[in-house]
Amino acid sequence: MDCYTANWNPLGDSAFYRKYELYSMDWDLKEELRDCLVAAAPYGGPIALLRNPWRKEKAASVRPVLDIYSASGMPLASLLWKSGPVVSLGWSAEEELLCVQEDGAVLVYGLHGDFRRHFSMGNEVLQNRVLDARIFHTEFGSGVAILTGAHRFTLSANVGDLKLRRMPEVPGLQSAPSCWTALCQDRVAHILLAVGPDLYLLDHAACSAVTPPGLAPGVSSFLQMAVSFTYRHLALFTDTGYIWMGTASLKEKLCEFNCNIRAPPKQMVWCSRPRSKERAVVVAWERRLMVVGDAPESIQFVLDEDSYLVPELDGVRIFSRSTHEFLHEVPAASEEIFKIASMAPGALLLEAQKEYEKESQKADEYLREIQELGQLTQAVQQCIEAAGHEHQPDMQKSLLRAASFGKCFLDRFPPDSFVHMCQDLRVLNAVRDYHIGIPLTYSQYKQLTIQVLLDRLVLRRLYPLAIQICEYLRLPEVQGVSRILAHWACYKVQQKDVSDEDVARAINQKLGDTPGVSYSDIAARAYGCGRTELAIKLLEYEPRSGEQVPLLLKMKRSKLALSKAIESGDTDLVFTVLLHLKNELNRGDFFMTLRNQPMALSLYRQFCKHQELETLKDLYNQDDNHQELGSFHIRASYAAEERIEGRVAALQTAADAFYKAKNEFAAKATEDQMRLLRLQRRLEDELGGQFLDLSLHDTVTTLILGGHNKRAEQLARDFRIPDKRLWWLKLTALADLEDWEELEKFSKSKKSPIGYLPFVEICMKQHNKYEAKKYASRVGPEQKVKALLLVGDVAQAADVAIEHRNEAELSLVLSHCTGATDGATADKIQRARAQAQKK
Amino acid sequence: MAFPHRPDAPELPDFSMLKRLARDQLIYLLEQLPGKKDLFIEADLMSPLDRIANVSILKQHEVDKLYKVENKPALSSSEQLCFLVRPRIKNMRYIASLVNADKLAGRTRKYKVIFSPQKFYACEMVLEEEGIYGDVSCDEWAFSLLPLDVDLLSMELPEFFRDYFLEGDQRWINTVAQALHLLSTLYGPFPNCYGIGRCAKMAYELWRNLEEEEDGETKGRRPEIGHIFLLDRDVDFVTALCSQVVYEGLVDDTFRIKCGSVDFGPEVTSSDKSLKVLLNAEDKVFNEIRNEHFSNVFGFLSQKARNLQAQYDRRRGMDIKQMKNFVSQELKGLKQEHRLLSLHIGACESIMKKKTKQDFQELIKTEHALLEGFNIRESTSYIEEHIDRQVPPSHCSRGYIVLLSLTSVVPDSSYGPEHLLTFSNLRRAGLLTEQAPGDTLTAVESKVSKLVTDKAAGKITDAFSSLAKRSNFRAISKKLNLIPRVDGEYDLKVPRDMAYVFSGAYVPLSCRIIEQVLERRSWQGLDEVVRLLNCSDFAFTDMTKEDKASSESLRLILVVFLGGCTFSEISALRFLGREKGYRFIFLTTAVTNSARLMEAMSEVKA
Repeated sequence: MDCYTANWNPLGDSAFYRKYELYSMDWDLKEELRDCLVAAAPYGGPIALLRNPWRKEKAASVRPVLDIYSASGMPLASLLWKSGPVVSLGWSAEEELLCVQEDGAVLVYGLHGDFRRHFSMGNEVLQNRVLDARIFHTEFGSGVAILTGAHRFTLSANVGDLKLRRMPEVPGLQSAPSCWTALCQDRVAHILLAVGPDLYLLDHAACSAVTPPGLAPGVSSFLQMAVSFTYRHLALFTDTGYIWMGTASLKEKLCEFNCNIRAPPKQMVWCSRPRSKERAVVVAWERRLMVVGDAPESIQFVLDEDSYLVPELDGVRIFSRSTHEFLHEVPAASEEIFKIASMAPGALLLEAQKEYEKESQKADEYLREIQELGQLTQAVQQCIEAAGHEHQPDMQKSLLRAASFGKCFLDRFPPDSFVHMCQDLRVLNAVRDYHIGIPLTYSQYKQLTIQVLLDRLVLRRLYPLAIQICEYLRLPEVQGVSRILAHWACYKVQQKDVSDEDVARAINQKLGDTPGVSYSDIAARAYGCGRTELAIKLLEYEPRSGEQVPLLLKMKRSKLALSKAIESGDTDLVFTVLLHLKNELNRGDFFMTLRNQPMALSLYRQFCKHQELETLKDLYNQDDNHQELGSFHIRASYAAEERIEGRVAALQTAADAFYKAKNEFAAKATEDQMRLLRLQRRLEDELGGQFLDLSLHDTVTTLILGGHNKRAEQLARDFRIPDKRLWWLKLTALADLEDWEELEKFSKSKKSPIGYLPFVEICMKQHNKYEAKKYASRVGPEQKVKALLLVGDVAQAADVAIEHRNEAELSLVLSHCTGATDGATADKIQRARAQAQKK
Repeated sequence: MAFPHRPDAPELPDFSMLKRLARDQLIYLLEQLPGKKDLFIEADLMSPLDRIANVSILKQHEVDKLYKVENKPALSSSEQLCFLVRPRIKNMRYIASLVNADKLAGRTRKYKVIFSPQKFYACEMVLEEEGIYGDVSCDEWAFSLLPLDVDLLSMELPEFFRDYFLEGDQRWINTVAQALHLLSTLYGPFPNCYGIGRCAKMAYELWRNLEEEEDGETKGRRPEIGHIFLLDRDVDFVTALCSQVVYEGLVDDTFRIKCGSVDFGPEVTSSDKSLKVLLNAEDKVFNEIRNEHFSNVFGFLSQKARNLQAQYDRRRGMDIKQMKNFVSQELKGLKQEHRLLSLHIGACESIMKKKTKQDFQELIKTEHALLEGFNIRESTSYIEEHIDRQVPPSHCSRGYIVLLSLTSVVPDSSYGPEHLLTFSNLRRAGLLTEQAPGDTLTAVESKVSKLVTDKAAGKITDAFSSLAKRSNFRAISKKLNLIPRVDGEYDLKVPRDMAYVFSGAYVPLSCRIIEQVLERRSWQGLDEVVRLLNCSDFAFTDMTKEDKASSESLRLILVVFLGGCTFSEISALRFLGREKGYRFIFLTTAVTNSARLMEAMSEVKA
């Protein structure tokens, strides 16, 4: 234990840096790293090596090889590079490998060397070739910056949503800048470049010269620049061996250092941890590694082999052919506990626990000491925190044991932090395992979140581990296990050597009805791999038919999609499919399909009625639905057509259709309507007034009301208005006119086919009792009583009723006998009734 | 009078929660468009909206001016326009015209369309076709259930009837399913489900799917409502087409109850103003007479008036203290009752006047004769007279259409060409069926077809006939004993069965089916009826074996009418409930009556 701080190197007075081994690399590299293009993803991500790059090789016959390894050197993929020369490699935030080619094309590969897609950085880049390229990370995703042969920059801040931005020209730039980097400030990507002694900042509007404050004089060129992980800090390495460190905004200098090495460093990266005050950069040459910060002395390491630096959130990873190490500032909690002769509460607690295990009474002394200072809570917290930062499980354990020990002496220490730390460490140790090879630190893990870590495990196809973690952390199924199973299924469908049936069965067995699993997503993936049949099989497991539809459409199984949509009962979905079909099929086939699906047909008809009348007509035509066609034209005759000729023509078409539909009644009625329309037109011309669009009945009425009796008669004859109706009509019209004379004449013209009771009724409605009485006398015997009652002649009604000896009539009259006036009548009826009963 | 509920009748669930939900959601949607805005409301949504959120609530959420959506250019000068509409293509075109006019004028405003109860893809497509999809934001106001009364929920979707039963458009079914889903999340699952009709079955299945997708939420909840019964309107057109004679139905037929309230004109209020009156259980006078046969109502009201007078009279002979008590506590209630009483008396008078004018007695007699299946000849000539007198078809629809659905009738082009389409609509909806040529015509039909002869040159084949339907109705009527055999007068004051809603002449078919199924707890033994109704594939029962349902909840029954129900049916079922100790809750796509049904079937000139 004494040697625990052996690998701690002080930088200045306040900080220690330590370097420890993560893995001894398993890869069997045949070549030196310097001969390869190297890209390593942050957050313990994978490493890509492109061996045999073009710049050295003359023999183009040998195809370069692209290898992808996990951080522990386990091979993930290896492929022969068949495309053009690659200038730069880099990993996106989604752990996709971006390979920038000389011609500006960017090829995107998955973690397992599967080609995903490609995009181009534009024509200008294509013409001038790529000189240099950087892949950088922003809050939007991953960006690509390119320096072209014409010394111009083009960048895209997010390759997921490609928008190319050509940066302005740097005035007087004749040769490539000595160094440059992409900067991300205020959500905008900039380029910082050095040309001789000058620095320029390019944003998409302008190019401005900048000077770092407090830069030592005598600089004639910048050899290297480094931006920190969070883009907050910038370090510049000059040809005088001088290093300037300051804010990336170039507004403030933090510190400077003169290392007196004039050789350009191979790499320079920042090494700082979040929320720490210490700033340091790590500079690497062929055989030398130097940590410099705000201190007169630097820390120096010898590099035995060719090494590569990977900046991380809280340190630097350094890997070479044989090892993979992590260099970082010792976190405060660890420093407190492990610093030599530390009296920090955590340190005492750790000591106390050790003594306790040795069954020594010293344990009590230490504990008492902490308690006297009232620092036990703090001690426990320190131990828990320090455990998080330790890489070795043994050390984690002893710290946690100490924390747990200290906890016993506290009344109310919330257990969450301890429990969570135990869980987190368990997860971290699992993923740090050599076979998995994700050397995340605790800070990185917290920054990354468990969800992203799970995604990354899924990406590495480590499904069982991911599921174990979900179950261990008790994540809700929808976020956890189901999601991973779904990913697994998506991977499974890509196994082309397994038959469709087997894949479908395997997937269904494992997934069953797990909530949150979308079979349609898996089917979509299967379709993406060209396995349409498998996709259809998988869709069968999808319980929601609505979910099946979009994919079926994509797979051009539109008819199946239509029936599924109908099954779902969601008319919107049906409609979507219909529109799809409409564009996909020719009109005839489309209508044919509709014909077999009545529900869809009605839906489409409804839409056409409002939006596409012509299509509606075509639909009816297609079906030989003459009845509906007829109705369609009838509607057109009054809704769409203005001119009378047009209306008559529409009606004619309608009539023809009705004949075809063998609906002669409708046809005849339509023809009548045509005649009527023409006639009304003539009436309007000759008599003036409004006749169009009146019904036949109203036309005749209007004529009578206008005093055109002759014409009315003529019209009635022409259209064969039944006698009864004509009589009713005339009666009503004349009464409305109060033309009693004409009415009387009319009543006498011949025997009324409707009897005379209506005359009485209508007259009474006009309150003309006098006229009504005239007709009452002419009413036939069956209705006489009613008529007399209508005109209010109760007494006579009673007489008639008595004469008829009709019981019903008698009661009717009786019910009309009111008050004193009809008293006599009532008696009379009663008497008649009594008489009748006697008989 | 006014039969009280049995003492053991279960309590109704509190449906006012639905109103609060709808209001909160609307407010949320309005707040999504911060700042002052003008609100354009579709005419059909105005009354329901009024029941949910009044103008002052709207104003509180920065609604500046209110406009009606109509085919006129908008005069609004607001920078933000919000449209509250039903998902209809017509409305989309209106909005598009408005937006495009603004565009032409170089004006930019914010537009938001709130669809109620949901948006349809077709609407969005029209917006897209009109080129304004990007200019408007769309939202849904899932307001599908309006509690009109303590036991009546309406979806206020009258177009459901035409869309589904005439045009075969199923888009509203999903809305129904969602409404049911909402009810089950709020009031617990329904342990027993029954239904009849194609639409009922589809709605039920969609609803089940919804529940499955979201299971877990309703599981374990105690059911509040023990039974649900879904019924398609086309199972029973006859009842809906009959003239109504219970008070509430009669008020609806005469004055048109709109969204639970009615406009009483000057002839009722006996003043020069119209008055909008809410008709529900809170109106104490109305509550006592709503389910009564009309012949009892007047007597009841006069009795009530006498009682009221007596109560007023009590104040004579009171000392000061008693008088103070009287004024502060009772007077207000009495005045209120007085006001209501005079309104309903006015309404009665007005109804009586109108009914005698229209030969109401004759009409009812004809209807009943038709239902019972005798005196067809007289009935036909009665109808014939109506045609001769050109009473408008929707106006005199009652006898006319009952005849249509029971026997056959002749369409007549003298009503104008658009009604030719109406007839074809009626036929499509199954109210009329065309007779296949060669069928032997009964006496009635040949009589009827004579009517055509003058119009259609004697082509008998053209006569419409619903032969199959009619004979089915007879058979069903016999099976279910819909025409009660009465010895002597049917005492309407003390009804014996549900037939009282039609003066004792006919038990509503829909209600009888519900009664029978509830009695058996299944369709067992009703196979023949179901077959006659052509619903063999669409009658279903679904019972979950859960003992969690309390005996209280098992006596609560939710009846869902797809395509609308009438007040007569509601009254009949309320009566049944009282007899058996159930309480019925009604959920309907809209409250309907014969006139509304006819209008839905009619083609009108726009």
